[in-house]
Amino acid sequence: MSSANSVLDPKHSVLDPKTSPAFPIAARVTLGDTQLRKNVRHATEVIQNKRARVVGEMPDWQQLRESGKQIRQHTMANLDYYLEEFERNCTRAGGKVHWARDGEEARRIVTALVKEHAAPERPEVIKIKSMTTEEIHLNLALEAAGVKTYETDLAELIIQLGHDQPSHIVVPALHKNRQQIREIFQREMNLPELGDKPQDLADAARRFLREKFLRVNTAVSGANFLIAETGGVCIVESEGNGRMCLTLPDTLITIAGIDKVLPRYQDLEVMLQLLPRSATGERMNPYNSIWTGVQQGDGPTNFHVVLMDNARTAVLADGEGRQTLNCIRCGACQNACPVYRQTGGHAYGSVYAGPIGAILTPQLQQLHHAQTLPYASSLCGACYEVCPVKINIPEVLIHLRNKVVRQKGPLTPEALAMRAAGSLFRSERRFRAAQRLGRFAETPLVRRDGKGEGWIGWLPGLLGGWTQVRDLREMPKETFREWWEKRGKRGN
Amino acid sequence: MSGGRREESVATDTSGALDTSSARAEILRRIRTANAGSANAAGAAEQWAAIERPYRRTPSGSREEILELLEDRLRDYDANVVRVKEAEIASVIGRMLTERGRAKLLIPSGLDRAWLPEGFEFVIDEGVPASVLDGFDGVVTASTVAIALTGSVVLQNVAGQGRRAVSLVPDYHLCLVRVDDVVETVPEAFDRLKATANLPTTFFAGPSATADIEMTRIKGVHGPRFLDIILVE
Repeated sequence: MSSANSVLDPKHSVLDPKTSPAFPIAARVTLGDTQLRKNVRHATEVIQNKRARVVGEMPDWQQLRESGKQIRQHTMANLDYYLEEFERNCTRAGGKVHWARDGEEARRIVTALVKEHAAPERPEVIKIKSMTTEEIHLNLALEAAGVKTYETDLAELIIQLGHDQPSHIVVPALHKNRQQIREIFQREMNLPELGDKPQDLADAARRFLREKFLRVNTAVSGANFLIAETGGVCIVESEGNGRMCLTLPDTLITIAGIDKVLPRYQDLEVMLQLLPRSATGERMNPYNSIWTGVQQGDGPTNFHVVLMDNARTAVLADGEGRQTLNCIRCGACQNACPVYRQTGGHAYGSVYAGPIGAILTPQLQQLHHAQTLPYASSLCGACYEVCPVKINIPEVLIHLRNKVVRQKGPLTPEALAMRAAGSLFRSERRFRAAQRLGRFAETPLVRRDGKGEGWIGWLPGLLGGWTQVRDLREMPKETFREWWEKRGKRGN
Repeated sequence: MSGGRREESVATDTSGALDTSSARAEILRRIRTANAGSANAAGAAEQWAAIERPYRRTPSGSREEILELLEDRLRDYDANVVRVKEAEIASVIGRMLTERGRAKLLIPSGLDRAWLPEGFEFVIDEGVPASVLDGFDGVVTASTVAIALTGSVVLQNVAGQGRRAVSLVPDYHLCLVRVDDVVETVPEAFDRLKATANLPTTFFAGPSATADIEMTRIKGVHGPRFLDIILVE
């Protein structure tokens, strides 16, 4: 690993948008880590190809996307009703529902519940991979309260044992290769002889965790979907660690953003087609679990759900930004993004990286932090094309750029430049004057190549961002209008 | 804010120190402000019914094609699949268990005893702890529905399928699927599951797996690593 990595070394910080360096600074560091870039490129290419193959099998994929979008839009428009319906039905089935305005409240509730249910002399929890718990750094809060946490998803285990941070929504350890994972396991599991075949590494994780599954009596999970109609919860996964956590402990605490609700059971027929093909390129996840409250003789006897806002209602209040909440966390936009594929996830300074992170993170921070993320995109639209619920990410990115500029006030260089451009474009006279001025002003910067073509390789100040990585062609000697007018005068 | 007062009176969980009713009222108030009003049952039902669902909801292949598709998809996930007549079940199970070297098997209550061959130990699950489940060589269950297009088999907590832990902890799962319970598409499966939506439900597609290491699919992490499927005609 490159030594420059200390700026971003996950060992020294968590991925918190409030304290992380700005994207352009962080990205410069990760771009220097060739091993990381190789790992990210390999993983995103494999998932993209798998996704393309299984999406291509579906003649009704575009219809499913449209239905998925409509279901999510409908849910958000009736969110208060569906959350109350979920609460009513979950409670009737024996679950207990709690509400948390923000991450702080959610951490307090979960910690109190764990303290109430876990073995008092040795409080421990087993955890299912959950981006919502990563968002609020729940593990840190639990550890601070003396509770030992065991991540049970293989990738999350790699992250936890490696004192690392997740870099992808679905495959959080995709920035590590097998040799790096072997080193972590050798050290943390005390297995000096461990090989680096993926099968060996998975076997080591199986042995390491099985004892925890059989012993620990409290589990913490996220949720993929909450079903208002039944009060049920759905979790999709691959390894069976989720099923272990949902089934074996006495107590299960599920924490979910308020955006995770679905109106009816039948709506799963759409989401469970869209999500696995988009997320991992599989026709269906190896395991989906759906349960409702507490079932006598099957699974936990204490079941709690924490419904967390944490600025989701602020996103809902933004007419253009609210489509962000339709996200079902498949990660397809990350795999498709030319920016993410170069920088990896840590540069985004948030557990939500890539295009969806670039719109979700600043909005969850109410634009007080992560203001550079809406610019971490070339607006190529690849994210929109693969999104299973048709979130128009480029549209939201532009909307957020606009908000960032306006929030900074009318006197920032970008606001002033845009205002000046607006004034030029409104008047033909001013526009022509600006063109003449430009041709005159560029003269000292233009260098001729072998063919006599003029190029600008350096621009001053803010404009330098453009010429840092590419040359700019000199302005033409004559505009089309000027040519046309001269031609008219010559009468031909 | 005055808009929140109405919700303050709604009771929520108040067990112990965890009274989150004021957070509940505040969140619902924020949503209603964002949506410029409250949603209600009639409006939600009407709008939900208007959601367009032009995707496939009916089979496109013949029965035989659908069964072959299921077999193909299950094998793609490294499951072993055979198709047998009802009368042959016991002998086929006996052969599979012998090949797999499994002698002591767990069965959920309500599993048809006529399916079980002589010469093996079958123990009915009576809610034993997980550590005891871990001591079995495998488990034999029936199933509720199977989806050909995705290679998925669905289990629910009913007679012959049992609680979720029985098909999870033992390292080997032998699952019987009746051909009448095989559908082609995901929506057809949900039509069948709707009536029992509240039961604990598990979809599985092949043995437990992961692709977390360099996106290489590895068979078998925490769930059963070995899976045999018997399609019963």
